[in-house]
Amino acid sequence: MYRYDAFDRSIVHRRVAEFRNQTRRFLAGELTEDEFRPLRLRNGLYIQKHAPMLRIAIPYGLLSTRQLRALATIARRYDRGYGHFTTRQNLQLNWPALVDVPEILNDLAEVEMHAIQTSGNCIRNTTSDHFAGVAADEIVDPRPYCELIRQWSTLNPEFSFLPRKFKIAVSGATTDRAATLVHDIGLHALRGEDGGVGFRVIVGGGLGRTPMVGHVIHDFVPEAELLNYLDAILRVYNRYGRRDNIYKARIKILVKERTPTRFAEEVEAEWAHLAGGPNTVPEGEIARLAAHFEAPAYESLPPVDSGYRAARADNRAFERWVERNVFAHKVPGYAAVTLSLKKTGVPPGDVTSEQMEAIADLADTLSFGELRVSHEQNLILSDVRQRDLFELWSSLRTLGLATPNIGLLTDIICCPGGDFCSLANAKSIPIAEAIQRQFDDLDYLHDIGELDLNISGCMNACGHHHVGNIGILGVDKNGAEWYQVSIGGAQGKHAALGKVIGPSFAAHQMPAVIARLINVYIARRSEEETFSDTVRRVGIEPFKEHVYAEAHQA
Amino acid sequence: MPKLIKHDRVIDDAWTLLGADAAAGDVPATGPVLVPLRLWQAERSALLARGEIGVWLAPDEEPAKLAADVAQLPVIAVDFPKFGDGRGFSTARLLRERYGFAGELRAVGDIFRDQLFYLRECGFDAFAVRSDLDPERELAGLTAFDRVYTASTHTPHPWFRERVTRVAEAAPRDVWFPCG
Ligand code: SF4
Repeated sequence: MYRYDAFDRSIVHRRVAEFRNQTRRFLAGELTEDEFRPLRLRNGLYIQKHAPMLRIAIPYGLLSTRQLRALATIARRYDRGYGHFTTRQNLQLNWPALVDVPEILNDLAEVEMHAIQTSGNCIRNTTSDHFAGVAADEIVDPRPYCELIRQWSTLNPEFSFLPRKFKIAVSGATTDRAATLVHDIGLHALRGEDGGVGFRVIVGGGLGRTPMVGHVIHDFVPEAELLNYLDAILRVYNRYGRRDNIYKARIKILVKERTPTRFAEEVEAEWAHLAGGPNTVPEGEIARLAAHFEAPAYESLPPVDSGYRAARADNRAFERWVERNVFAHKVPGYAAVTLSLKKTGVPPGDVTSEQMEAIADLADTLSFGELRVSHEQNLILSDVRQRDLFELWSSLRTLGLATPNIGLLTDIICCPGGDFCSLANAKSIPIAEAIQRQFDDLDYLHDIGELDLNISGCMNACGHHHVGNIGILGVDKNGAEWYQVSIGGAQGKHAALGKVIGPSFAAHQMPAVIARLINVYIARRSEEETFSDTVRRVGIEPFKEHVYAEAHQA
Repeated sequence: MPKLIKHDRVIDDAWTLLGADAAAGDVPATGPVLVPLRLWQAERSALLARGEIGVWLAPDEEPAKLAADVAQLPVIAVDFPKFGDGRGFSTARLLRERYGFAGELRAVGDIFRDQLFYLRECGFDAFAVRSDLDPERELAGLTAFDRVYTASTHTPHPWFRERVTRVAEAAPRDVWFPCG
């Protein structure tokens, strides 16, 4: 885990001082609301429906237990005792008071955290693979590069006033667990023929109003040139990205208008000036960063622990949890465990202060004092011995964090929606809950198998509905809340955007609509096919017919 | 006389800025004047002969258009019509780093303290803050940070190139925490 040095600390503390001054000027009437807005936004502070919302950065999803405990304390002291993990690996507080925010930022700085650039038209928190460093399919550990990008982007003077927000995701494994194809920039860390690290660069992906899958504009940028190449992309975007219409201001529109080929040429031309320049990263710096992410002191263990094997055989509930929530580890005898934040009746991604503290205790005793946040809004203990899994499972059950549903239909990605967000067309949390209740039979849920169901309360797509195998989007029809359903989306290396199946539904119809989609899948699937495989093979028509035929009769 | 922040202090500003629509006839007979790019391009030799001429660029105007003139111009200004329009930051770096402009680089328009640090990093050395503000108070923006991580015009080396030596020397908290 990256530890701050004196300079890193000075940056966050100076930032707190700067924001304290800006807040004071605003409250004293020296700054207008219009002037204060961009300043508070780049410190993660939105004005929401009920109260301000503060978004705290969790750089590439990595947290120490000390930080998690600090977040628990902050949520209790300044908020209502809970926080919400987002699809960009951040934590949101829904009820802080504006006057307290400088204090909160100060408390965060004490544990090497901040809310810098978690909103506003600037480079946002860099996201990554939640199994970085432990996945068996990893080619390059992305974390040192994420930290390099975090530092480069933090208060970057040239790129602090971009046309629109800008999101970068980095993956270093064969499986893309960071949604890199739907980010402004996606980076795939690779090894070249000589073993050196470089990056495949993808630009112009994104969700929102105009969802697009990104384009590869470079196959291998050597690690030393990474920042120069990013400078080149950002400079082209900063200068030529549209600023006349916020719906056309993301880089994806520029890439589309220019065509990916021409855009790539412009970036190359800019890079030609920057290559080898000051931001070239020396090997020593990469080594310095990498040293922060060295593997913990693993024990040498047998590949399968016998007690663990016995517990799996004896206990059906434990076995089911292992099947869904335990991920193979590259080190024999270890496992990565996902704590489901998707228990029915709890808004997806929400965690109470008490839970945070209990999780921190578990991570301290069982997982080297660190944890991760996934973009699916769950938490991960990445380094648990197999022989401790049964004990961990028992503790998590008591905490309500052992729902065996990772990757299944009820592991719903869901934005805060109309309950909190002032941009929402419709509520999303109650829809998630109603669907979870509809599928409360675990046998049936496991039989349905892998299925991503994603819900957004409006086309800003914070809930990534376009890339859900089933996507639900809140829409406004004459002031009433309706829901549009799409199927066929996918995330990962084969990212695809879903297709809308037809006219939208009222909230009360939604559980039944999902049930009908699943019925078609169960009837049509062939051996081993997942929901999204079946949709790909048979197309959306059979689903559409069944959903609307029955809706008619109802 | 209007004020200007230059080289981190407040001075009197003798320069007049002519609007985007200014024609040759609007250029006063004497005194330093900043003209829009279009007028500069149309009247280049006459303006050069007059002397005391600077040029200002709108956010969408290419700094490359002044590449051949940088040695002749004592002042180039870049307009920020709105606080959130960040194109001028790139314009400035290009003028300094690519085209080698060494004269006064001035930020004009919707300028106040909260951009000053970033502007200076990108190569501006003069700031015409909004006329409703007291430039002495806005000066505070220049000391918001000492530097950031990345390299820029004003800070030619990224922090990682200095880190090894400087961190070893740093240490006491108050060196890095003057604001508490
Ligand atoms: S998708 Fe829309 S409703 Fe949901 S959090 Fe984002 S902006 Fe708000």
